[in-house]
Amino acid sequence: MIVADKKPVEEIIEYVKDHSKILVLGCNECVTVCEAGGKKEVGILASTLRMYFANQGRDAAVDERTLERQCDHEYLEEIRDIADQYDAIVSIACGVGIQFTAEKYLSIPVYPGVNTCFLGVTEQRGLWTERCQACGNCILAYTGGICPVSRCAKRILNGPCGGSSKGTCEISKDLDCAWQLIIDRLKAIDRLDLYEKMFPIKDWSTDRAGGPRKVVREDVQI
Amino acid sequence: MRLTYPTSIRIVRVPCTGKVDVGHLLRAIEKGADGVYVVGCKEGECHYKKGNFRARKRVEQAKKILASIGSDEGRVEMYNLSSSDAPLFVKYAGEMDAKIRNLGPNPLKKKNRRAA
Repeated sequence: MIVADKKPVEEIIEYVKDHSKILVLGCNECVTVCEAGGKKEVGILASTLRMYFANQGRDAAVDERTLERQCDHEYLEEIRDIADQYDAIVSIACGVGIQFTAEKYLSIPVYPGVNTCFLGVTEQRGLWTERCQACGNCILAYTGGICPVSRCAKRILNGPCGGSSKGTCEISKDLDCAWQLIIDRLKAIDRLDLYEKMFPIKDWSTDRAGGPRKVVREDVQI
Repeated sequence: MRLTYPTSIRIVRVPCTGKVDVGHLLRAIEKGADGVYVVGCKEGECHYKKGNFRARKRVEQAKKILASIGSDEGRVEMYNLSSSDAPLFVKYAGEMDAKIRNLGPNPLKKKNRRAA
């Protein structure tokens, strides 16, 4: 999932303090799971903003809405009829949802209510960690299902560096060495031969360096 | 025992304090309650193991949010006691009542009324 973290309330207040009709817009997908932008968080943020405006003696309305997703036309269209009532939208979906909302509602300022962090997993309640950098050219088949692109600090593709010590990375004792994990895993599945195998240079043209990317699937286009 | 506690207090029963969310606490203050306090079981004695610890974290979170918007964070509190300890319940009720009276009425109450 896409993992996001809450923005400080003070920062959000700074964005919206001059507006008087605000919609706090949540998303039912990834940000709900990582407890940053779901229906519950919409309620908390909207309540906080309402109290802020009341404390300031300002007559401002802050409404709440949570969409199934903010990254698809059909769900974003659900607020088409009401969007004009607002002079600002605070979206607490991921950066994708925030941008798509802004694209769809051109005349209304859309502000981010979260910081979008990475593609990751819920390791435990309240702990999310990165697993994928969306490099566009997956090599997990050869690395025991553990990604050196996202999990090695140097993105090394051919084994651990000199900074690997007792299974941890030199940048932090709390960070596993991705290549130690890969080797352990290859051993466990009896495929250490993959570690010996020479691979051609990875094609990075599918990574972000080539600019914004797109996937075109004519087979599913209507 | 026939103990008495301040009549200003209204009890909202929940199955466990772990059910209480930040949103509930904020909403109470937003709607004009002068204060909200959560009374949970003693730490380490939660029937559901961690409910009262969760509640405490949420109370702390609500306090932080209130402080960040210039409201008095003391309006939200958490207490722990054994469910059979009536004298302590009464003591905490008195403490909270005195504390809130000291803070004065919730300014949002007045503003809400004006808006209505």
